[in-house]
Amino acid sequence: MRRLAKVIVLTVWLLITLFPLYWIVVTSLKPKAEIFSLPLRYWPGTVTFEHYTELFSFADFGTYLLNSLMVSLISAGVVTVTGVLGGYVLARFAFPGRGALMLAFLVTQMIPLFIALGPLYLLMSDLDLLNRLAGLMLVYVAMLVPFATIIMRGFYERVPVALEEAAQVDGASRMAAMIRVVIPVMLPGIAATFIFAFVQCWNELFLAITFIDSEDAKTIPVAMNSFITQYDIDWGAMAAATVVSVIPTLVMFAVIRRYIVEGLTAGAVKG
Amino acid sequence: MSTRAKPAFTGRRARFIALCLLPGVVFVLLFTYYPMVRGAIIAFQRYNLFDLTATPFVGLENFQAVLAEDRFWTALRNTGTWVVVSLLFQFVLGFGLALLLRRHFRGRGLYQAWVFFPWAMSGFLIGLLWRWMFNGQFGVINDLLLKAGIIDERIGFLASPGWAMTSVIVANVWYGVTFFAIMIMAALQSVPRELYEAASVDGASRLRQFWHVTLPHIRPTLALIVLLRIIWILNFPDLIYAMTGGGPAGSTDIITTFLIQQVAGGDYGRAGAVGLLVLGLLLAFSVFYLNATRFEKAR
Repeated sequence: MRRLAKVIVLTVWLLITLFPLYWIVVTSLKPKAEIFSLPLRYWPGTVTFEHYTELFSFADFGTYLLNSLMVSLISAGVVTVTGVLGGYVLARFAFPGRGALMLAFLVTQMIPLFIALGPLYLLMSDLDLLNRLAGLMLVYVAMLVPFATIIMRGFYERVPVALEEAAQVDGASRMAAMIRVVIPVMLPGIAATFIFAFVQCWNELFLAITFIDSEDAKTIPVAMNSFITQYDIDWGAMAAATVVSVIPTLVMFAVIRRYIVEGLTAGAVKG
Repeated sequence: MSTRAKPAFTGRRARFIALCLLPGVVFVLLFTYYPMVRGAIIAFQRYNLFDLTATPFVGLENFQAVLAEDRFWTALRNTGTWVVVSLLFQFVLGFGLALLLRRHFRGRGLYQAWVFFPWAMSGFLIGLLWRWMFNGQFGVINDLLLKAGIIDERIGFLASPGWAMTSVIVANVWYGVTFFAIMIMAALQSVPRELYEAASVDGASRLRQFWHVTLPHIRPTLALIVLLRIIWILNFPDLIYAMTGGGPAGSTDIITTFLIQQVAGGDYGRAGAVGLLVLGLLLAFSVFYLNATRFEKAR
């Protein structure tokens, strides 16, 4: 009895969780006339891919996709390398100012970056980086470096120091020991950090809409934002765009789900 | 200051440390701390993007202007509703889910993977999704409620000030429950099994075990999770931005959507003032909350 109740509750919650996603997929596959007609159909009467083809032929979604991909890949790459370096030093050395630095990094995680949205716009303008993907990348890197550094530090602390010392005894320099011995052990953690950073960049909206309005530099969220500011929302195209933009992050999250849970809970549970 | 340098931080070792930290520190200083400091200064200047001929310091003028605006106070009140109600439902439902998922059963891993689904999506996309579902004419929520006989005619959820806040909160609860569940599950797993064994030897019922063993053990962690969530929900304008943009008539404006509108309007002076007010609010709240929970622990 108790078990049955549990199964029912869990099933209901799963349905509630998945239904909105199901609904957006179904909407994206319905012809326009069917989306805006009653009674609603819970399965498309005619399955069509017209919204997807429309997206890429009229809306130039291919460019946005490429922009998003480039910004996210490069930013996540730089963030990961920076985190790998900084996290190592924070985990392995005691030096003056280490505590202050950790605090300075942690504080940025509590304060949303859009509090400084205006001054960031001015800075981008001063550096002539408005409407440039490079500008977006720089800000994204800054936004994610503290997180990456702190999480990498945690990963390093789980690698025994003896491993490194053994390599150094064999005559390897500290840097070489780090690259040859420590990094391979941490590869899953590094991959998780990279993917997490990628997804954050891929999804970021407010900075992007503040810095970018030229067609050739738009990322996907910027493009989708201009869909909604139009008077009538074309929900077919919007649904298709949602589906396309969520596929890469879904795949990546599936790969690193375990690490995300670990990362999210590590800080909270230790106390 | 001592003139003798500490040997450990000279030469190669110091260079190595500096080299490894430099990129991160430079990025964060230039693109996070510098804009924040500049924002704090601009808050005391007249600084409108569309009229930059003069940017004089005007003291507290921006703050006075913001505090004199009704929309600011509405946003502040709405922030309270948005945070408290979202958090309450997320917490209760998340706790329930965590308790159900606590013991291992066949397919638990798979189940967790599926309920984790929404977390791959941005708040903006989630907002769009729910905006479509809450549509007053062709929205599926209206359709389902009609079919279930709960309502007699379609409701323009996002177009009516009476329903809009409820609607955005429903979406937020949906988004946040899983996250809460996962954090609480991790906390539950930190309770040593021996404690339960001892309790059941003593003949304690499951409810009593929960009340006297589980809850006291995870209370500090719960307090921290709740604090992080409050800050996070407060800093989460994405969903509201996508669903209603703060409307209709400011009925879903929270402090952070209000801030974004100020920036979009080009009045950086006022935006800076709002930013500082948000920051002050966050800080005051965190200090208050941490003190309150510490008091609880000491008791």
